[in-house]
Amino acid sequence: CAALRSGGGGNDVHWCFSQVKGAIDDDVAEADIISTVEFNHSGELLATGDKGGRVVIFQQETENKSQSQWRSEYNVYSTFQSHEPEFDYLKSLEIEEKINKIRWLPQKNAAQFLLSTNDKTIKLWKISERDKRPEGYNLKEEDGRYRDAATITTLRVPVFRPMDLMVEASPRRVFANAHTYHINSISVNSDNETYLSADDLRINLWHLEITDRSFNIVDIKPANMEELTEVITAAEFHPHQCNTFVYSSSKGTIRLCDMRASALCDKHSKLFEEPEDPSNRSFFSEIISSISDVKFSHNGRYMMTRDYLSVKIWDLNMENRPVETYQVHEYLRSKLCSLYENDCIFDKFECCWNGNDSVVMTGSYNNFFRMLDRSQRRDVTLEASRESCKPRQVLKPRRVCAGGKRKKDEISVDSLDFNKKILHTAWHPQENIIAVATTNNLYIFQEKVN
Amino acid sequence: MSSDNQDTETHSEQMDETQESQDTNSNPVRTEEAKLKAKYPSLGQKPGGSDFLMKRLQKGQKYFDSGDYNMAKAKMKNKQLPAAAGPDKNIVTGDHIPTPQDLPQRKSSLVTSKLAG
Repeated sequence: CAALRSGGGGNDVHWCFSQVKGAIDDDVAEADIISTVEFNHSGELLATGDKGGRVVIFQQETENKSQSQWRSEYNVYSTFQSHEPEFDYLKSLEIEEKINKIRWLPQKNAAQFLLSTNDKTIKLWKISERDKRPEGYNLKEEDGRYRDAATITTLRVPVFRPMDLMVEASPRRVFANAHTYHINSISVNSDNETYLSADDLRINLWHLEITDRSFNIVDIKPANMEELTEVITAAEFHPHQCNTFVYSSSKGTIRLCDMRASALCDKHSKLFEEPEDPSNRSFFSEIISSISDVKFSHNGRYMMTRDYLSVKIWDLNMENRPVETYQVHEYLRSKLCSLYENDCIFDKFECCWNGNDSVVMTGSYNNFFRMLDRSQRRDVTLEASRESCKPRQVLKPRRVCAGGKRKKDEISVDSLDFNKKILHTAWHPQENIIAVATTNNLYIFQEKVN
Repeated sequence: MSSDNQDTETHSEQMDETQESQDTNSNPVRTEEAKLKAKYPSLGQKPGGSDFLMKRLQKGQKYFDSGDYNMAKAKMKNKQLPAAAGPDKNIVTGDHIPTPQDLPQRKSSLVTSKLAG
């Protein structure tokens, strides 16, 4: 078996279990399936969305000084029903309430704002704290009942008194009716005023304040649907250049567009595509080349794409091939037939960068996830499992045996559980804290500080 | 002369070896492809507008629509009723006569997420 290069030496990050959220029982209700995970810009808040249309936000507790070696825990801060199931009467189609993506807005005042989207509608939510309330009204009792005016003999000035912290979520904007197809991405612009939403065939640009209009900036719908050859799979704004965004396709290409060039960005400014070796072409080629996620690096110089079997890092200045390619689970190449039959080949894995763009992470099957260290040229496979849940327990690297003699501690490809998939992961923007979503549980791992 | 012939033979032998090793490398995927084609011979033969893409665009739970149902019945007076199973489910509602098995399960009422529990 090919052994993965294991970590060793001084600058290693050892990942430890910190917390797990969610039910332990194996019988998973559909609504509990986690569909998105996202840290806010400071990393203090962690949001999850699920198939039942609910959002749960966790907040990192303020650090305990005596435990400065160990970063504090995330506890429930707010939870609300973001989307409800709807019905498209014209097509007799149900519109799922599943939250496809959550994106936080950078914080401007005391309140926090996030965008959450299902297949058709994007909503802007305001999450605000209330820790004091006015007391001592003249005309009302404390419980709100009006006082009999005849009983009022003196006047008093109402004052604010502290109360138990209450976190309220309220929908501030609803951006609806702009997408015929299913929304797969939303991305807030660095200008902090606009954002894009992308569906299978179109990308729209919105202003955060305006809900009754949006501009269509990309439209790849062919005049004749029989000529359809590719769909949009993901889109994202550049982290610093407010005129630049990228979108990926089911054919494995990424297009970079500049909104200064024209109102309709059907013509790309750059096309990123790695030429395929024609001798490798097979029935599966196009399916496994479909990009399921695209993410800019924090420094804005690179972007990362995830296709079924690999993660690729692209330099924005080089279109003809990626600068780095990492195999996520190459051993699946010999399983493509059954993965096609059970639909797993269509699973959409996400990927993410760490704060300084030196390491990237993505999920796999059997509740495995992969950490790919770009600077040290090392990779490791870890597992999110209830069996490694002792506080601060260091995660042991996992190894998969592709064939031949299986060594001790290795797991063979045929024993992998393809129902246990890690599709959604997130990395704290500054620290080595990661959130990994299994089907219905959220794991939080932290770096062990020696 | 003979040495030239030998050289040519050696060269072509080397070429064969290279080709063999290439076949071995791409073998897993080719083997998988052959397996798939053996199971589903009609796969990949439908021209234009890839099946996967169409399926993807039309994702979503279809519901019974009496208007579509009656229109489709009128259209299909002379034809057989289409089977309920398989890919036909994804085509326009009206062409598919629903059966009780196709009707979706009633969704359970909304409760708080277990992540917040």
